[in-house]
Amino acid sequence: MPRFFDEMTEATGDVSCPRPPYAEIARWLAETPSDLLGLKRRQAEEMFRRIGITFTVYSDEGGTERLIPFDIIPRVLSAQEWAVLSRGLAQRTKALNAFIADAYHDRDIIRAGRIPEALILRNAAFRPEMQGFDPPGGIYAHIAGIDLVRVGPDAFYVLEDNCRTPSGVSYMLENRETMMRLFPDMFARHRVAPVSSYPEDLLETLKSVAPPNCEQNPVVCVLTPGSLNSAYYEHAFLADEMGVELVEGADLVVTDNIAWLRTTEGRRRVDVIYRRVDDDFLDPLAFRPDSMLGTPGLFAAYRAGNLTLANAVGCGIADDKSVYPHVPEMIRFYLGEEPLLNNVPTHCCGDPNELRYVLEHLHELVVKEVHGSGGYGMLVGPHATAAQRADFAARLKAHPDAYIAQPTLALSTCPTFVDSGVAPRHVDLRPYVLSGKEVRITPGGLTRVALAEGSLVVNSSQGGGTKDTWVLEA
Amino acid sequence: MLSRTASGLFWLARYVERAENTARILLAGHRMAAMMRSLGVDSGEWRSAMIATGCEDGFAERAGGAAAESVINYMTRDPENSSSIISCIETARSNARAVRTAITSDMWDVLNETRHHLRTLTPDAFTPDRVPEFLEWTKQRSVLFNGTYETTMLRTDGYYFTRLGTFIERAESTARILDVKYHVLLPSHESVGGAVDYHQWRSVLAALSAVRAYQWIYQGRLRPDLIAELLILRREMPRSLHSCTAVIEATLDQIAAGYGGKRGECHRLAGELHAKLRYGRVLDIFQGGLHEFLTGFIDSGIHLGEEIAEFYMR
Repeated sequence: MPRFFDEMTEATGDVSCPRPPYAEIARWLAETPSDLLGLKRRQAEEMFRRIGITFTVYSDEGGTERLIPFDIIPRVLSAQEWAVLSRGLAQRTKALNAFIADAYHDRDIIRAGRIPEALILRNAAFRPEMQGFDPPGGIYAHIAGIDLVRVGPDAFYVLEDNCRTPSGVSYMLENRETMMRLFPDMFARHRVAPVSSYPEDLLETLKSVAPPNCEQNPVVCVLTPGSLNSAYYEHAFLADEMGVELVEGADLVVTDNIAWLRTTEGRRRVDVIYRRVDDDFLDPLAFRPDSMLGTPGLFAAYRAGNLTLANAVGCGIADDKSVYPHVPEMIRFYLGEEPLLNNVPTHCCGDPNELRYVLEHLHELVVKEVHGSGGYGMLVGPHATAAQRADFAARLKAHPDAYIAQPTLALSTCPTFVDSGVAPRHVDLRPYVLSGKEVRITPGGLTRVALAEGSLVVNSSQGGGTKDTWVLEA
Repeated sequence: MLSRTASGLFWLARYVERAENTARILLAGHRMAAMMRSLGVDSGEWRSAMIATGCEDGFAERAGGAAAESVINYMTRDPENSSSIISCIETARSNARAVRTAITSDMWDVLNETRHHLRTLTPDAFTPDRVPEFLEWTKQRSVLFNGTYETTMLRTDGYYFTRLGTFIERAESTARILDVKYHVLLPSHESVGGAVDYHQWRSVLAALSAVRAYQWIYQGRLRPDLIAELLILRREMPRSLHSCTAVIEATLDQIAAGYGGKRGECHRLAGELHAKLRYGRVLDIFQGGLHEFLTGFIDSGIHLGEEIAEFYMR
């Protein structure tokens, strides 16, 4: 069993000598009996159930609404740690946006020989319809979620970039709200950077990228696939917090390349759509013709410059797992800077040498589908059975291009209140980066925690939970 | 407001009201059946309950035979029947979820808890001897929902569309419940005005919580013409057709006022419907036939609903 870096105790496991950011948390845990923690946890659950903050599990019969387990022990980052992270996040997001713009214009990065051409042109997420189009402000990924893991005091890695429709930010906000109600005295003992301005920051970001021909105060709305979508709660929550309409495809109509809302008082023009509908389903005239979720003509209105879509169409080109290994090179190429945040070393199985290595080391690697997400269809080598590994080896040989492999990281742990008491559990972190006229990053983000002992899979669809994330102010 | 939001609120309120009225019709059926058993006759009251709710065709396909158990089952908890109480509550809640940002958290709580409770019920809660308890509970939940939106919603268009849904559904239900009497059989040896006839009329009043109201206003024996007058024409009676159409017209006026006075066919139709009831006479209604009058009213209500949808919801 390797030793993991624990965010509270480093590797010592000695709770009497915590790392400085956790000093108060350690004291609180020491003086609070576990039945009181249990009571607080039940209260937290009750609060989440009442406000109806649920997500839908697709594999369940008929798509059941479920609560994501919430852990009441916060995850804490110091001001210094956050300063480094936020600079690295801003840098990475800028490079990703520059890459998307380049991919749909001159492809300088290919001509310079820094990444292979097939990576863009043969990528399933590439949208030829976007070539030569200039979205307002040159921004594509207005809302990005960058997944980070930590393996040591100063060692953070980027695990994954999410440039399409990253979700989870409502949990970041509701987790904080719940903690402040349950533990007001804890907030009196810490200076925790607030997160509550996220909806305002999001609205300002969206307004800042309104089409140039929009003269009045831009009309913004949130486009949802509907109430059966797994993240519907979040769509409704964000619309509500920003004070804008939550719309479905059928609520919009496009005439003469202008998008309108159907309202009880007639048509109302829309300028910016924060869409939580995937590219494929956005517009049956431009993309999948069988889509019932989108609005015919929406893409034409977008290309005509009468409407901004956030995120832009075609952002998937930047968060594909086959593109991921090249992000550090993008940072060097577009920004002329060295990356502040590291990638996890990644083997692209499409390369025969890499494939051979991966097959030989399957028992120590994590294998992921290039186009997979949400923790579905992955193999955690050290935890897999021989039969599961054999199954994956066969899949790898059949479709090597479809997989990447990474070393199994010693993900950091954080004290977590589980049935057996307070125990270390593995965590990751998803901060949210907003890009408009300026880049804004809410201090913290969403900490996801693998609740099962020893598990490294934090996805909610696989039994993960969440924690409030505290960035301490200096 | 989005057209879909207006529509969602409207149907949310209609489905809650429909659940209540299905419960009221079943309570009436239950009372009649008990009464008829004690009088030793079968007047087909369960079948009449199905007709009144417009469920007869669907029921015949699914269950057949109008035995108490199968009717109760079909109308309370059959998910295939869109007017069953459980279906109404599920539909109301999914409408509420789709317009989450337009309703108050108190409204959401009521619907959420109602649905949650429904899901915990076991089949024995729906047996003929225990079902009245469930039906009374359904009425209470509907009353609670109505009270909740009355006391928590902002007086803007959202509130008015919700209220419109409640009253359009209520008007239709009152007409349907009154029409139950047309469909129940009067056994051949029984005369109009006899004991069976009397108890049937009394059950109609009871279903609309109007027995006391009748006594208060008419202070005499039950008479069909006065019962019809009370439930159709009396402004004081809160579930009467007159009362409901007055609210519908006023509510549509308030919506129009909020939208700069713009009016359409739905406003004219609501005004006409209200005027007919306001100035109508029970004598004329009986001359033309009560059943024909009620059927005509239900059709006008459906037409009005379509006009409202046409003007505001697309």
